Amino acid sequence: MSALLLARIQFAFTVGFHFLFPAMTLGTALVILISETLYLIKKDEIYKKITDFLAKLLGLIFVIGAATGVTLEFSFGMNWSEYSRTVGDIFGPILAAEGVIAFFLESVFIGILIFARNKVSPGVYWLAALLVFLGGHLSAFWIVVANSWMQTPAGYQINEVGKIILSNFTQAVFNPSTMIRFCHTVMASWMTCAIMIAGIAGYYVRKGLHGQTARTLLKIGIILFAITPLLQLATGHVHAIEVINMQPEKAAALEGHFVTKKGVPLYIVGFADEQNERTYGIYVPNSLSFLYNFDWNSEIRGLKEFPKENWPPVNFVFQTYHIMVGIGILSIAMGLLGVFLLLTKKIYEAKLYLSVLPFLIPLPHIAHETGWISAEVGRQPWIIYGLMKTADGASTVVSANDILGSLIMFLLVYLLLFIMFIMLFLKFVKNGPPS
Amino acid sequence: MENIQNFQILWFILIGILFLGYSLLDGFDLGIGTLLPFLGKKKEEKDILINSIGPFWDGNEVWLITGAGALFAAFPQAYATAFSGFYPAMLLVLLALIFRAVSLEFRANDEARTGLWEIFFIAGSCLAALLFGVALGNVIYGVPLDNKMEFAGNFLTLLRPVPLLFGITGFAAILLQGASYAVLKTEGELRQRSFQALNILLWVNAATASIYFIVMAFNFRPLLENPLFYAAILITLLGLAEIFFSWKTKNDNALFWKSSLSFAGLWLAAGAAHFPNLIKAINDPNLSITIFNGSTSLYTLKIMSVIALVGMPIVVGYTVFVYRVFKGKTAADHY
Ligand code: HDD
Ligand code: HEM
Ligand code: HEM
Repeated sequence: MSALLLARIQFAFTVGFHFLFPAMTLGTALVILISETLYLIKKDEIYKKITDFLAKLLGLIFVIGAATGVTLEFSFGMNWSEYSRTVGDIFGPILAAEGVIAFFLESVFIGILIFARNKVSPGVYWLAALLVFLGGHLSAFWIVVANSWMQTPAGYQINEVGKIILSNFTQAVFNPSTMIRFCHTVMASWMTCAIMIAGIAGYYVRKGLHGQTARTLLKIGIILFAITPLLQLATGHVHAIEVINMQPEKAAALEGHFVTKKGVPLYIVGFADEQNERTYGIYVPNSLSFLYNFDWNSEIRGLKEFPKENWPPVNFVFQTYHIMVGIGILSIAMGLLGVFLLLTKKIYEAKLYLSVLPFLIPLPHIAHETGWISAEVGRQPWIIYGLMKTADGASTVVSANDILGSLIMFLLVYLLLFIMFIMLFLKFVKNGPPS
Repeated sequence: MENIQNFQILWFILIGILFLGYSLLDGFDLGIGTLLPFLGKKKEEKDILINSIGPFWDGNEVWLITGAGALFAAFPQAYATAFSGFYPAMLLVLLALIFRAVSLEFRANDEARTGLWEIFFIAGSCLAALLFGVALGNVIYGVPLDNKMEFAGNFLTLLRPVPLLFGITGFAAILLQGASYAVLKTEGELRQRSFQALNILLWVNAATASIYFIVMAFNFRPLLENPLFYAAILITLLGLAEIFFSWKTKNDNALFWKSSLSFAGLWLAAGAAHFPNLIKAINDPNLSITIFNGSTSLYTLKIMSVIALVGMPIVVGYTVFVYRVFKGKTAADHY
């Protein structure tokens, strides 16, 4: 295998692994903030128990997120040094801003959240919850800025020696895909946590554990579970329109759409045959056109308009994209069912529903990963869309053997982290909130 | 004052400050990690030592993350060359940082394997504490570079005597930070033992720092005409001497500050020797990556300056606040 391919596999693996954890932190920080706010208002001990339980969980998730995040920052220099040389002007300040503005905030105040319940007043504790929430979301913002700039670059110039130079910081930060990608990613993370909490609480309620605390937790979880997937559909929709406008060949690949025409169908499931340039499957006629601008007959450009060497692997991104959307739709159904059971007061007895809930916990993670894979692989062969090819970004002094060695190391170490995480997560859940 | 050189110099100093902040703060928790088996005899004592750094280690590590980010932003050529060129060494740093981070959490919650996670924690701390100095020593002493600014050596290049001396000097200074922090945070027998460690490390540091300054003077002749170098020697010796003379005062706070002072002196000498290089080319000085040929554009440096000069005082402010929340001696259980 070439050094380039190995570097790509390593990056995909390490970032994919890292992202499992921030995806949980953001939502967990949200629920902690909600529950701590309710505690301040209602002075009900139940909310305090919920916060304490989640703070302990957050500590575990956060540690693994932080430990695996450092790998990524280093990897731009280690594996993608030519990329770093070329875009240091733009990419560097974004990563540095993330440190100054976001990481410090989150890492410093999480110390209070986890260790200082009895050392500070409830007001200060609440403030710490707020700042951890803010810090986490700011770090998501900056990293999404970095990624979005690679997808839809803006605010730059190219100088005589081919370096990409920053010309307008605001435009680079708020490039055309930043805000929608941020909303979609954050909502995905809230949804991930909503389902995690509903799953844990559902298990407690079904087993009759932790009484009222479990019921309150379930209520919070189900309400979020009903809202977030709907918002996710909305942000996903806006995101899709942005991609059709900004990265038309990627959008066409995601939808398996080869020939430019009016009245384009939307595939529910299918298979995109790249060789024969056709897509098979179950579809709804004219729907993609309708979703694009509410006109059943609008025209959308197909892949054939673009040189074939600039196509991403079509069927691969088609499938990953459809897995994400499918999980989104399934989640909407399950969330709405949950809130219906809650409103009709049947939820605490709904044995079947409660026993399904825990098994939903991995689903949003799968949607997350497949969503990123579609976005990233769909961008290929570009590392910066339209400006720089991935093949030109890799380090030249690092050999394939070096990377093979490091890849094996990361596989082993992260496997160990994963096993430990699952073990301790299950243990925390088993111990439950303080009684 | 629109001159780009002013900003390049400013960022040389600011990155120096970020790395100094990192070595003082993460220095004490890496130091505690390495000294754990010597200071903590009973499980309870180890718990106290680990709890004393529990709320802080991650915030401390962000000084490194931000320092590396700032290097990327201000001097991408140096960032790219060092990180890709020192590939295996950087991997070891990552491995050390990952293990020392997660093993704290695992040790506290995986009772069946407390001992194993403790070993990972000690090994991770110790390895990280050693490697930073070696890396710094290499870029200061110089490595072979080619005409595309790429590293032209191999792993063994990194292990030459002078960079190793930097590694040992830094390691000793980090242990001193750890011991003085342990004195600050513990009581009774544990504090007594930390004092003993501090006493030994004081002499070790006096030796390593002296050798370091002498080797510096031999290898970097211009230093002999640089007042900063003499200031650096003075600061380090002052810090060490103050520790020596303040045994009796019973002011545990002061010891930590004095140990930090002596560390700052080592950094000042390194900065004075290094400026304006970022990575010195040992084969041909003209190939060196300097703050002038390795930096980003004026506009980026200005944006960065605004972010840093507004952001960092705020960061320091709330960091001080949180340290104050946890001030005083640490207990064995905190939940
Ligand atoms: C819980 C996770 C999750 C769920 C349920 C969904 N998504 Fe998503 N999606 C993501 C998680 C995600 C993501 C991981 O956050 C991505 C990857 C890159 C990005 O910007 O967000 C993403 C990207 C992404 C993109 C942009 C690809 C690109 O940037 O090139 C589109 C068009 C959609 N999604 C559309 C949808 C639709 C219509 C959904 C139906 C409900 C949906 N997503 C559910
Ligand atoms: C290549 C991309 C990425 C890099 C370079 C990166 C870098 C890092 C680093 C260095 C840390 C550790 C900070 C600390 O010690 O406190 C971290 C943690 C974190 N990252 Fe990432 N990250 C990346 C992708 C992402 C993404 C996609 C998100 C979310 C949308 C994200 C959100 C977070 C959050 C919230 C944390 C805090 C730790 C946690 O909550 O688990 N990161 N990241
Ligand atoms: C956190 C979720 C993310 C996931 C799951 C993810 C996934 C992937 C995958 C699967 C690839 C390989 C694409 C290929 O086959 O070539 C890739 C490549 C890459 N992504 Fe992402 N990515 C994420 C976030 C980010 C972010 C936040 C950035 C930038 C800050 C980023 C920058 C890159 C780079 C530099 C590459 C290597 C070049 C390439 O192969 O495209 N990614 N990522």
